[in-house]
Amino acid sequence: MRDIIRMIVVLAVLGALSGGGLALVRSETSEKIEFQQLKFVKGPAIQEIMEGCTNDPLVDRFKIKDGEVERSFFVGVFDGKANNVCYEAEGKGFGGEIGLMVGVNLETDELLGMGVTTHSETPGLGARAKDDPSFRVQFKGMSLNQPFKIMTDGGKVDAVSGATITSKGVCAGLTKSAEFYKELKPQIIEKAAAFAN
Amino acid sequence: MSDVTLAQDFTKGLWKEIPPFRLVLGLCPTLAVTKAFETGFGMGLALTFVLVCSNVLVSAGRKMIPAKVRVPCFIIIIATFVVIVELVMQAYTYPLFLKLGIFIPLIVVNCIVLGRAEAFAYKNGIGASIADGLGMGIGFTISLSVLGSIREIFGAGTFLGKAIFGASFQPFTFMVEAPGAFVCLGLMLGVMNLIGSE
Repeated sequence: MRDIIRMIVVLAVLGALSGGGLALVRSETSEKIEFQQLKFVKGPAIQEIMEGCTNDPLVDRFKIKDGEVERSFFVGVFDGKANNVCYEAEGKGFGGEIGLMVGVNLETDELLGMGVTTHSETPGLGARAKDDPSFRVQFKGMSLNQPFKIMTDGGKVDAVSGATITSKGVCAGLTKSAEFYKELKPQIIEKAAAFAN
Repeated sequence: MSDVTLAQDFTKGLWKEIPPFRLVLGLCPTLAVTKAFETGFGMGLALTFVLVCSNVLVSAGRKMIPAKVRVPCFIIIIATFVVIVELVMQAYTYPLFLKLGIFIPLIVVNCIVLGRAEAFAYKNGIGASIADGLGMGIGFTISLSVLGSIREIFGAGTFLGKAIFGASFQPFTFMVEAPGAFVCLGLMLGVMNLIGSE
């Protein structure tokens, strides 16, 4: 009996110390990690979507509180008008969460572009949603007012071959993101206008 | 603890028991991340950090950790340091973190780390455990760096991403693919045995 109690105590104390230590390290590094991700993963995606803009979308950004979560928006200025924003969305793929960067035109609600940022899909199959440009370019010009669906579900999106679940996850993520986009749209327009020149 | 044995604990990891060649442990990262010098070296440093830290804690707590649950305890300690390494790499060396990918979290189940905790740190004092961890870690870093350099130089014709041969050089791409890793590892083991047998 004493043995068992000792084991429980040792394991519990170790686990608690480990959890506490990790929470500390995480809170210390989270800001830097966010910055690094912005620079190396999200940055290139945003720059591709916002190609031709006259400002730096990575600098011209703002945050809006959506219930519990805080969402980042990156503003793209075209022809002197701050009429495009990029925001992040998540879809559920085959290997977990898929991070998406969505660029949208505030006047027409049409997609300016889309990019996959973080994912854990299978290399060579689902990962092609990120690596193969032909998948992401087809979203350009599609409207956020209609649900995104792959062709076998009666939609317009040509799925990545061999990666139906990934493609569906991306579509579902985009469709879901339209909900909070519409809800926050008045605030987005108001805040984005400040970046026009 | 005399200085002689401390030095022995340290140097045995550099040649006599150099991982992964002599122990032939931890082959998964050895084969997977040695496509280039940079990734091999980075992986070696990450493993050295985890190894030294886990050795210290295991050694310090060896009288308190009950023998029956020692492996779960080791895993908790190792996993904690691996997550720390992962977070720090994300914060400061993000491109390297992207290249190493899944192999950083996999250090948790790396045989070298668990093996040293079980075979050495659980039975020896803190000083000796630090020496052992440092020696093994540096040995592993050297091995992976050498393997990575050979594969990068012959397989891609570059070193640290810069071309070192003229334009006429045809890269031996077999070397940067998985079978090339096995062949390269085997040849290096053979050469080491040849040197050792004399």
